[in-house]
Amino acid sequence: MSFAFYLVSALTVAGALAAVLLKNTVHCALALTVAFAGLALLFLQLDAQFAGFAQILVYIGAVAILVVFAILLTRGSETPKDGGIFSRTWLAGLAVAAAVFAMLGWAVLQSEPGLPRATPAPTVTVGEIGVALMGRYVLPLEIVALLLTAALIGAVIVAMHEKEGTK
Amino acid sequence: MTPLAGYLLVAALLFAIGLAGALTRRNAILVLIGIELMLNAANLNLIAFWRYGPHPEALTGMMFAIFSIAVAAAEAAVGLGLVIAIHRHAHTTDLDQMNRMKG
Repeated sequence: MSFAFYLVSALTVAGALAAVLLKNTVHCALALTVAFAGLALLFLQLDAQFAGFAQILVYIGAVAILVVFAILLTRGSETPKDGGIFSRTWLAGLAVAAAVFAMLGWAVLQSEPGLPRATPAPTVTVGEIGVALMGRYVLPLEIVALLLTAALIGAVIVAMHEKEGTK
Repeated sequence: MTPLAGYLLVAALLFAIGLAGALTRRNAILVLIGIELMLNAANLNLIAFWRYGPHPEALTGMMFAIFSIAVAAAEAAVGLGLVIAIHRHAHTTDLDQMNRMKG
């Protein structure tokens, strides 16, 4: 394991922790952006250049901005007067998350001797990805296109202003 | 530790953080942030298995991750649209107060 891996992993995990722990929701969105950037760096370390740049474009460029817009549009309701930022059953939620992590970590460490060692880096060009998308994966691509269109129209209709009297 | 195990452990930690956020936060937008973190952890697993798997030239894991990113973008758009609609209707994003399906 290289030093860069530990550095980027620490950055990603710290960003994710800050995103779920901070009190100010705008700070949470910014910490989420840091976590997304760290994940993109991890993808680049794994020689998945296309996925890494798609992560930057889609998550940092679109999803993070969308989250910030949603936070600003729902401003004024995010800091409840009674109690804190966590729900009343936070202890149960934390226990479930800790149990899930213990289970996943145990499974990974148990199967570690059987995992493959360092393999030569695959050389995949964007052209090959494009050929695969237009050839073997053309049906999933079309379905994703349909899904994105439906989600776009659906999101606009759901968030659109209701006209007075037509409710 | 093999490199693959390191990436899998980081992904498991991110998944657990996202799950904890989705289960414990009161703000609906923060719950969506937790769900996004969980989806990203799954993507990291897919890419790591693609990189260290026996046939990376088949591009299977990479394609799965790319389609997963696209579906997650659609999910985020619809989810945040729903949060904005509920906020306009009930003037709150506090999940403890959203306890009625009829307005």
